[in-house]
Amino acid sequence: MERVGSTLRPVTLRLDERDEARLAGDEGPAVRTAIRVVTRLATAMGADRLLDVTGAHIDSCLYHGQAVLDFADHLADAGAHVAVPTTLNVSSLDLLHPELDRGDPVESRQSRRLMERFEEMGCRPTWTCAPYQLETRPSFGEQVAWAESNAIVFANSVLGARTHRYGDFADICCAITGRAPAAGLHLDENRRATLVVRLEGVSPELIGRDVLYPVLGGLIGRLVGRGVPVVDGLPPGVSEDRLKALGAASAATGTVGMFHMVGSTPEASTLEEALHGQEPDQEVTVTAADLRAARDRLSTTTDDHLRTVSLGTPHYSITEIGRLVELLGGGRVADGVAFYVSTGRDIYHEVELRGWASRLADAGVTVVTDTCTYFTPIIEDLGGTAMTDSAKWAYYAPGNLGVEVVFGSTEDCVASAMTGRVVRDEEIWADA
Amino acid sequence: MPDQPRVLVAGTAAGEVLHLEEPLSFWGGLDSTDGRIIDRHHPQADRVVAGRVLAMPHGRGSSTASSVLCEAVRAGTAPAAILMAEPDELVALGAIVAEEVYGVVVPVVVVGHEAYQSLVDGEQVTVGPDGTVGRA
Repeated sequence: MERVGSTLRPVTLRLDERDEARLAGDEGPAVRTAIRVVTRLATAMGADRLLDVTGAHIDSCLYHGQAVLDFADHLADAGAHVAVPTTLNVSSLDLLHPELDRGDPVESRQSRRLMERFEEMGCRPTWTCAPYQLETRPSFGEQVAWAESNAIVFANSVLGARTHRYGDFADICCAITGRAPAAGLHLDENRRATLVVRLEGVSPELIGRDVLYPVLGGLIGRLVGRGVPVVDGLPPGVSEDRLKALGAASAATGTVGMFHMVGSTPEASTLEEALHGQEPDQEVTVTAADLRAARDRLSTTTDDHLRTVSLGTPHYSITEIGRLVELLGGGRVADGVAFYVSTGRDIYHEVELRGWASRLADAGVTVVTDTCTYFTPIIEDLGGTAMTDSAKWAYYAPGNLGVEVVFGSTEDCVASAMTGRVVRDEEIWADA
Repeated sequence: MPDQPRVLVAGTAAGEVLHLEEPLSFWGGLDSTDGRIIDRHHPQADRVVAGRVLAMPHGRGSSTASSVLCEAVRAGTAPAAILMAEPDELVALGAIVAEEVYGVVVPVVVVGHEAYQSLVDGEQVTVGPDGTVGRA
């Protein structure tokens, strides 16, 4: 028999006494399962130890098949309870607006059951993909276990908290044990920028507009693969909403878990700091033409007959909703156009307090909470063109929903919704 | 330097190699109801992974990959084993949880680039508990 490859060299994971006791079942079967998953994951990641986490954000609560429910049942039936404050990501149901659901009732029941199991385990029913917009959020340097790609990149990049890219199963196991593998973006050395991105010949007009950031993020995701990019040369103090859009896009088109932006993110007061004083592995220059091409990749059609507008991926912040209310003015969405904006229930509560809910309703805007329109059957008519200001929505919706998409700025989306035809401001994309 | 196989999930398996030329995103790329590759952009779209020894560079894309693999194990459409050129903990995690919940072991081994390249589509191989891959 011929052997392929050579011998195995195991990675040694050192566990502390409490981890060992939990593996032995001293804290019950649920904790034993959870710590077993965390330690096996740690070994797969090549970690030599576990570390404590002080919070978690769970994406396992989104139903997409029996296996996720079976695992939640497996843990909850054994009496599992989270050991650290834990928030829940979007699910596939809008609990505040159940009338919007157009999906299969059996699947809806399974989704509801899954959500209940996570609440039973002590997770907070926040139902948002933007947990960083909640009142309490991780502070600089805090070790957490977050799932949901846009939340992960925000936590690492904008908050300076530390999480690896967790997802289904790992998130809840870290939450139950309060432990995570000491690997990946938890560790200093893996947070060093590897790719320097510089903008050249991009007009100050475009740099000052929200729409630049999701497009740049989508471009960076394709460039960087698994590395850590640093954006250099933008004016300092870029807003959280813009950083959020950039991060979400880069985590959709690539597997970015962290980025730096010199003068705007907390581990990049200078380029040298982001690079940890070392040379970058790679440097690229992004031109206005590159950005136009990246923008165009986010659209799948030139059909200007608009049926749907979807904003709020990731969930809109209160500032972004305020901007939408301002853009709508006293106007109204054209007949035949369905206009959705997704946000978290906490933000929606504030929207109501500010009196914006009725203004949005009067303008013909449907607010979606607890979930998102790119994977939940909410959109009424998937024919015609759907327009979005989200690079993430533009990236996923065609595959998930079979819808044709045009990407545009928030201003473009609102102007198009009012006329029923796709209109986009092309001038801002010109060379400087 | 020779490739050093690393066992992410230990177990034994035997089967015919399905050699993927490009990374596969299980989420959106694999139909767990029948084990078929549904990513239209993948060069091996429409091939079926069920019962095969799946050789691939590494996984790709969303962390939902883990639960799609776990769901495939539940549905009986998962590969017999997964051999990768590079480590991918999301693939490993799907197999780890499937073992915890369903008691079904799908070995996951990082064999390195050289060994991955040397595997031939359609050949019969065995996977040992220590990660050794043998040709019959």
